[in-house]
Amino acid sequence: MAQLECNIQKAFRRGEEAPGFQLDVCLECDAGITVLFGASGAGKTLTLDSLAGFLAPDGGRILLHDRILFDSQSSVFMPPQRRGIGYVFQNYALFPHMTVEQNLAFGIAHTPALERHRRIREMLDLFGLTAHAARMPRDLSGGEKQRASIARALIRQPKLLLLDEPVRGLDYQLRHDFYAVVRNIRQSYKIPILLVTHDVTEGFVLADRIAVYRAGRIVQTGTPDEVFLHPRNAAVARLLGITNVFSGTVEELDPMSDTSVIRTSTFPVKGPYLPGRLRGDKVWFCISSEHVALSAAAANDRARDNQIPVSIVEEIPTPSTIRLLLRVHGEAGSSNGSGTPSQIETEISRAAYNKLGLATRKDWTATLPKAFIHIFPEQSE
Amino acid sequence: MLRQIDWFPLWLSLKVAVIATAISLAGGLLLAYVLARRRFRGRNILDAVVTLPVVLPPTVLGYYLLVLLGRSTPLGRAFEAVFGFPLVFTWQAAVVAATIHSVPLLVKSARAAFESVDRNMENAARTLGASEWRIFFRVTLPLARRSIMAATIFAFARALGDFGVTIMIAGNIPGKTQTMAVAIYDAVESGNTLLANAMVLVISAVAIAILYGMNRLEGDRLF
Repeated sequence: MAQLECNIQKAFRRGEEAPGFQLDVCLECDAGITVLFGASGAGKTLTLDSLAGFLAPDGGRILLHDRILFDSQSSVFMPPQRRGIGYVFQNYALFPHMTVEQNLAFGIAHTPALERHRRIREMLDLFGLTAHAARMPRDLSGGEKQRASIARALIRQPKLLLLDEPVRGLDYQLRHDFYAVVRNIRQSYKIPILLVTHDVTEGFVLADRIAVYRAGRIVQTGTPDEVFLHPRNAAVARLLGITNVFSGTVEELDPMSDTSVIRTSTFPVKGPYLPGRLRGDKVWFCISSEHVALSAAAANDRARDNQIPVSIVEEIPTPSTIRLLLRVHGEAGSSNGSGTPSQIETEISRAAYNKLGLATRKDWTATLPKAFIHIFPEQSE
Repeated sequence: MLRQIDWFPLWLSLKVAVIATAISLAGGLLLAYVLARRRFRGRNILDAVVTLPVVLPPTVLGYYLLVLLGRSTPLGRAFEAVFGFPLVFTWQAAVVAATIHSVPLLVKSARAAFESVDRNMENAARTLGASEWRIFFRVTLPLARRSIMAATIFAFARALGDFGVTIMIAGNIPGKTQTMAVAIYDAVESGNTLLANAMVLVISAVAIAILYGMNRLEGDRLF
């Protein structure tokens, strides 16, 4: 049995925070980091608020370590005070009129003085805040505020830790410091940690499991690898930042050679065999940009799959790579709407970019390796 | 010259205003917090009832109170049974008048002050195990402190200056229920300009001091 089991529904009526919005979430978590990923307004924070008890769902059940926090059928609603959950707010919500030490002491006011003192020292030490114990929150840097907020949430030894977009507004270095802090927490506290983000990289860096949110529902859960390599549908793929999402019809199916051929409006694509599909079915598929290989047009090798003649239309540099927008030949600049693969995106390392000598050449071949073509088993909405 | 002036109305006014402000503060803060943070049936009606004294003419309000608290009414009788004297036309009635006159302002400003407190602060306190009372006294109230102090001073000024409600339910009994505002009216009516001038000056000085104090609390100084 998972440490946290959450199955909740809530409808937001007119005049509430999110009118017409429907939250319907089913989530199971064990010790480790579960990243709740999705666009803003998809219901991630509402999930945290329901778990913490700030929000009463209309129906469902929340179990934490076999304790019932909420159950609509037996009308159990445990107040937030008794749930034993640590919450790190987006703005940290440190009490501005108390010192760091007083902030930490607030949660353990009923502990004997000696024990309280010891635990505060321990937390200050663990989060590198000993020198700042007597400071007010307004005199702390962003990273220090964040650490103080996490320390305050952990000092009561919660059974679940919730983090709502904790790195928002922090610079690159502080983000990476934070990732190290969260990994340490995962090591030393064997509790489920739920972290809300809409940053794909963060999800990948931190998550043991990712839950992808869309319009109030979790549409897919899995390890980061599972989710990124096998998005459930086109919408999830796009949420994850995969731009090469195309539609086509099944033209050939060959289970013997584990092959299927999908005819798009511009070119045929060979992919892995699709069980349970028929010829003529309309399907969607995707390939993430770093798996698209680029080679000189002359080096066209017939033996390889999915060789597509292209020309480079745009180069977008990123810190470690170059993203290239490629136009498929024979598709004279038509629109890129509704899954028509007139444009493919690839991402290559700077070293490879320099080796190819891109600027000098016009005609190229893009290769979409069959193994990385992911065909959605589910109809995209 | 000052010897000739009877300072009783000033002391009575101050006494009445201090007590009325204390009552307004105790009841008003709670009411304001409930209106700011709780969602319940009849919240709008409660809000309207609290605001009513601001819109009603003071004499109308005084008349309602007279009808409600007079010697023959249940409330009036209850008061008399408990305290041994009738409420109306005593200085205690002036306290009731001043309270009713000042409480809506206090509730309005305190409510705005509570609403401006980041809810995450209160929610954070909840996850840290704090009871609702502890949250109110340790988190919400301290964070709204400045605005509430300003609101309290404002309520005190209102309590000090009430005329209409006071004269309706406390009357104008010199040495007993005659507050400053009533005494000034009385002095002008009877042509006692010296007395009227002295009292007007004192009240004006108090009012300016209050204004100064409020501006200090709001952050920018008047002087």
